Amino acid sequence: MARMKFICDANRCIECNGCVTACKNANEVPWGVNRRRVVTLNDGVPGERSISVACMHCSDAPCMAVCPVDCFVRSDDGVVLHDKDQCIGCGYCLYACPFGAPQFPQAGAFGARGKMDKCTFCQGGPGKGSDEEQYSKYGQNRIAEGKLPLCAEMCSTKALLAGDGEVIANIFRERVTVRGKGSEVIGWATAYGPAKGVAPAATEGKK
Amino acid sequence: MMRKLTTPGAVVAALLLAVGLSACGEKKVTSYEPGKYSGAPVAAPWDSPQYGGKQAQWEAALQARTQAQNDYARINVK
Repeated sequence: MARMKFICDANRCIECNGCVTACKNANEVPWGVNRRRVVTLNDGVPGERSISVACMHCSDAPCMAVCPVDCFVRSDDGVVLHDKDQCIGCGYCLYACPFGAPQFPQAGAFGARGKMDKCTFCQGGPGKGSDEEQYSKYGQNRIAEGKLPLCAEMCSTKALLAGDGEVIANIFRERVTVRGKGSEVIGWATAYGPAKGVAPAATEGKK
Repeated sequence: MMRKLTTPGAVVAALLLAVGLSACGEKKVTSYEPGKYSGAPVAAPWDSPQYGGKQAQWEAALQARTQAQNDYARINVK
């Protein structure tokens, strides 16, 4: 049985936010809630790196451990889901999550928190309500249609990979092997040539 | 020749050391027990109108879809 995971390739991510937009649009995520977001390290500095972050569907999820009403469950294919009918919006899962995945919509006046919302790996949620009811609570169920999460399928550079952990790890491993390392990955030396006064051989060594 | 440690200071120091280390032998008490899921059951993804419970068919479709993300395999360029 597959164990669903995400991998984001920081060398490929161009911070286009296509994954964020696709997720927001497909699942009609409420205002102020971002199931997925792009984080950039060393923003504006040459060599900056971006990475798309959402719920990582941990194999040993801390949100599951801390939930006082035990509303989290792991599906057969390893996706961490939560039952919004049980969630009390306490926010413990937000403190426990190392990725900041749990999101809380505003539920009323004075900033009252609503029920937690997070990435469902486009797998809907627990329970058997009407399609409209399930969609309004959890969003699309693409997995049941044999499709992958929309964020990964929309990714233009295929930086964000989704699916069976073993398969996407193999894809990523192959990429790293083929593209090599250093400046060649982003084509710097190809575009601008070697540094002035430095022999090509010396540049190679500096990578 | 060694001096005998009989001064009051040495006795107090030995007592403090004994008291200070007394808790080191205690065993860790873990009372955490994983909770039992309280929500509604999750339907298997292959129990959908599209796949009608055919798990193997669903798995094959998803594997093909996942493998399609490998652009090196798609364009056959290395």
